[in-house]
Parts: sequence; structure tokens; C-alpha cells
Amino acid sequence: MSTATKRLLMILPMLMAFGLGLFLYQGIGQDPNKMESSLIGKPLPEFSSETLMSATTIVTRKDMLGQPALVNVWATWCPTCRAEHEFLLSIAAQENVRIFGVNYHDQRAAAQQWLTDLGNPYVFSVFDPQGDLGIDLGVVGAPETYLIDADGIVIDKVTGELNERTWVELRTQYLSLLKDVK
Amino acid sequence: MMVRIFLTFVFFCMASVIPLVTQADITSYEFEEPEMAQRFVGLTTVLRCPKCQNQNLADSDSIIAKDLRTQIQTLINSGNTDQQITEFMVQRYGDFILYDPPFNKSTMVLWLTPIGMILIGLFALWFFGRKAQPQSAMLTPDEQQQLNQLLADNKLQDRD
Repeated sequence: MSTATKRLLMILPMLMAFGLGLFLYQGIGQDPNKMESSLIGKPLPEFSSETLMSATTIVTRKDMLGQPALVNVWATWCPTCRAEHEFLLSIAAQENVRIFGVNYHDQRAAAQQWLTDLGNPYVFSVFDPQGDLGIDLGVVGAPETYLIDADGIVIDKVTGELNERTWVELRTQYLSLLKDVK
Repeated sequence: MMVRIFLTFVFFCMASVIPLVTQADITSYEFEEPEMAQRFVGLTTVLRCPKCQNQNLADSDSIIAKDLRTQIQTLINSGNTDQQITEFMVQRYGDFILYDPPFNKSTMVLWLTPIGMILIGLFALWFFGRKAQPQSAMLTPDEQQQLNQLLADNKLQDRD
């Protein structure tokens, strides 16, 4: 065996270890809770539910279409939902973003009270006390926010708090969707 | 003394793990036939709780795991097969929900690395193994002549 091949063979395990190191390194800092939603690119599921505000008003998927919008899954028992509530109010008021709520596994009275106290950023909130719509959406836990286009196709999703940082990613897509509609 | 401290430490470590092994209560789900309850146990064992990373649906007490257990119960009672139920879950939660992931683009590394490692090992065995074989049987002209001489001598002796 020539010296060159021998040297190459000695370096090889080091290179392999380095490669493995690189592969593992890129996993560091990745949030294991952040999962690609399998709903992206697919239509929002069909549903027919009461709204939070009125047990006699039935809303369906069709009521969310026509414009790009956000669908925000929230509950009064969810501290992160409280944290993002202010932000939802601000984008609804300042940027005219249409936001639909999905009130997830909650008490109707408590949720109504919450909106009275903190303000209501939602066009309406779907009342989903058993989490049925939640399962069809693939909700893992509140809060989750879906961006849908005018035809109700899910474009992207933010798991966890919607804030200035996470909104940036959605906002670009939202604005381009808005342009498509006009 | 050190050994005793060490054993105490080990004991406490184990004691703190034991409560985690207990299961969430899955016996309270009712089915029309006992065979369905069996399937329920099977499905909730192989499906992963989407919220909790490393617990199956049977094991977790999170809201979503409870919801999905109820969903599986309903789906079983309304006559769905195990495969239909698995598809239902994958449609909503992706491959993540399967403890036994299928072979596709994102799991390729996972499935192929062991095979690749075995191939590299076999290659290394072959590569280094062939060096261990005796040196080439080729003789230099001098050696060849010597050998011929010896063989010739030998023949002469045999004849005697």
C-alpha cells in the first residue's frame, strides 16, 4: 500500500466522525415541537359548529373563505394564548387581518368573559369544546395559527405564540396572498 | 463507604423513574366486543402522542392524547379497520404519529445509515483482509532458477 493511500485511510475515520458531527450539530437548537403540519397545501377541513358567542349560530368552513385569513386556536386555560392576545388585537386593528378563532376545549362562559375583558380580535370564534375540529386540523395544543388563502387552502402554520418574530414569516405570505386576490 | 453512597444514589434514581412507567387509565373505554378492546390497546400503543414527543397515546394524559383515544374508540366502534384509523391519524398528524416510521425522503437517513455502516464495515474487512494474505507467489528470476535447481536435484535423488 502506498503511503498516500495509507494516509487517506487514516484520515477516513476522522472525516466520517466529522461528518456525523456536522449531521448531529444541525439538529442542535431545532425545536422538536416544531413539526411540519400535514395540512399545509390542503383545504381547511369541513366543519359545522356553533359560534362561541351564540349556541344558535352555526358556522361552516365557507364562512372563513373569500379572503386570506388567519385561523387561531385558543383557550382561556392557555397562558401563551393570553401572551399573544395583545398581538392578535394589534394586527387585526392595524393591518386589517381577518382572524377566525377556534375556541378549543374551553368553557363557553369563561371564553366569552375573556373576550369581553381583553378585547375580541376575531371575526367569530368556532366553539369546539370537545376538540373535534381540533383533531381535523391536526391541533397538538393551543395556541396554533393557520394562514389560509381565499379558497381555504392552508398555506402555513405557526405552532405556539404568534408575535412580531413569528408573524414576519407569515406576513410576507399573507401580503402576497392579498395581492393575488385583488 | 463510597459503595454505599453510590448504591443509595442508584436506588433513588430508580425510585424516581418507577412512577413514570405507570400507564394512563385506558381500561375505562368501552367496546361492543372484547376483540375491539384488544385492537384499541394495540393502536394506542403504536401511535405516538403528538404533544409529548416520546409517549404513546395509551401512556399520555395530555388533552390531545385523551381526545385521540376517544376518537380511536369511536372509529373502532363504528367499524373502521386498524389501517383506516392509522391513515386517519397520519392524514392529520403526519408520520410523526407512527412509532414505526415508513420509508420516505425524510426518514431515508434513518433507515439507510445502518445498512451503509454494515457495507462500510464489510468493505473494510475485505480491504484489510486481502492484505493479510501471503505475499505474492511471484519469484524473482534468481529465485526461480534456485527452485528449478532444487527440483532437479530432488528428481535425481528420487531416481537413485
